[in-house]
Amino acid sequence: MFETAVFYAFAAILLVAGACVVTARNPVHAAMFLVLAFFTASGIWLLLRAEFLAIALLLVYVGAVMVLFLFVVMMLDINIERLREGFWKNLPLAVVVGGIMMAEMAAVLAGRYFGVAPRPLARAADYSNTKELGRLIYTDYAYAFEIAAAILLVAIVAAIALTLRGRKDSRRQDPAAQVRVRRSERVRLVSMPADKE
Amino acid sequence: MNVTALLDTLLAFSESKLGPLWGPATYELVTSAVFIVLIVAPLMLCVAYLTLWERKLIGWMQIRIGPNRVGPLGLLQPIADGVKLLFKEVILPTNANKALYILAPMLGIMPALAAWAVVPFAPEVVLADINAGLLYVIALTSFGVYGVIIAGWASNSKYAFLGAMRSAAQMVSYELGMGFALVVVLMVSGSLNLSDIVNAQGRGLFASKGLHFLSWNWLPLAPMLLVYFISGVAETNRAPFDVVEGESEIVAGHMIEYSGMTFALFFLAEYANMILISTLTAVMFFGGWQAPIDSALFNLLPPFGWLLAKVFVIVSLFLWIRATFPRYRYDQIMRLGWKIFIPLTLVWIVFVGAWMQTPWNIWK
Repeated sequence: MFETAVFYAFAAILLVAGACVVTARNPVHAAMFLVLAFFTASGIWLLLRAEFLAIALLLVYVGAVMVLFLFVVMMLDINIERLREGFWKNLPLAVVVGGIMMAEMAAVLAGRYFGVAPRPLARAADYSNTKELGRLIYTDYAYAFEIAAAILLVAIVAAIALTLRGRKDSRRQDPAAQVRVRRSERVRLVSMPADKE
Repeated sequence: MNVTALLDTLLAFSESKLGPLWGPATYELVTSAVFIVLIVAPLMLCVAYLTLWERKLIGWMQIRIGPNRVGPLGLLQPIADGVKLLFKEVILPTNANKALYILAPMLGIMPALAAWAVVPFAPEVVLADINAGLLYVIALTSFGVYGVIIAGWASNSKYAFLGAMRSAAQMVSYELGMGFALVVVLMVSGSLNLSDIVNAQGRGLFASKGLHFLSWNWLPLAPMLLVYFISGVAETNRAPFDVVEGESEIVAGHMIEYSGMTFALFFLAEYANMILISTLTAVMFFGGWQAPIDSALFNLLPPFGWLLAKVFVIVSLFLWIRATFPRYRYDQIMRLGWKIFIPLTLVWIVFVGAWMQTPWNIWK
């Protein structure tokens, strides 16, 4: 009962935040609403007793991804009028893509919902979600996990390779040389006789 | 214990008054609120007196006296500062983004306080004894950056914005090293629960001889302690990593437009974070509440007293560092985070992993 009330509260906040992400006029506001959406989604996952996934969602998306997102959004000079220009032209395509995504999600979720709908079991207090997940990832799903890791690594390398432009004329510091510097190379003590009058 | 008995009576009372459905829920809410106040109120007092201790200690290090006018030995100085800040006007800059400008200081202090929920103060004394405690702490310490970047952006000021940009880059860089250092702690403890991590440090070859302090994580994981502590200094934007505030270049960075209590909240958050990082260092690497040697003399001090003593020493280290080192250049900060800490921690993870597979594994 109490949990149900909490769930509906979180779900309502999540939906409002999600709607605000796409309707907010200010891109920074939109990013902050996305942060709120992640927070409430993680709250709902906690209700499902998936504490590892819930906190990992916060750690990865709120703690790192959204910070970089905000970083970029704040630096961009975004003209809202120009952004809204193509709204009606792109709307049909967006509706089709959104509709397909919703249908797919419904196909995945509805089957379970109208079927048995197993609620997560209440486990013993010492049951560790993290341990269980780790065991599965490194045994049953080891290949899928390794492939995902390899794809991510390739993506990182590719992103760096795309943006790395070495300039010939740029001057840079050599930290090793800076550390090796001794006082005698930089400072010369001059002994000057005092002026006497 | 008396407290458990008292709590049971309270639960029974609220069930009898409000029924089996809402009784336990109300009981949970009320007791949680009381416990939160019991943690946050002393913490705020610690923060206030940490500012005084900082001024005193750095004063002594620079052969000055430090604050000594308000009250005996200057002991009422933090109270005077607090009262002054409370009565100052909160100024809203022209064209500032009003909602986010007010929200930013709250976003800054919220994670600094919420992280205390999983910190074990003594055996069995912890507000939320959750299994994923370490993960929770890492996640919350990574939220602190929001207060800074939102403040910088919402202030509609160039200096504030520069500070926000510096902070975003710096915090994301050092979080990685910090997280990897904690992964090593997790590997040797085999648990994400902070109480279990402390208990795991009380076992081992030296601990069985009564020399607990040699069994703590600081000895076998010394490089990780260094990485964690230095990253902690960087995460809290303390000197020598204070390019975010950089008094001599961008005046006060993200806080430049703030005044009165909104400014004070940033300050409270910074000092609360400092105490938090120190406590976590004590819990993760220095055996938390455990006494260094298992003898009657050392057991005179209660477990909480030992934790307090360790935190005090580590916090003073923060101040000592501030008094000693000049500010890093921005490129040096990035180099240390990305090119030294991250490779070092990655190698150490593999090394400890291999060590644990050998017969000389000391963490069984």
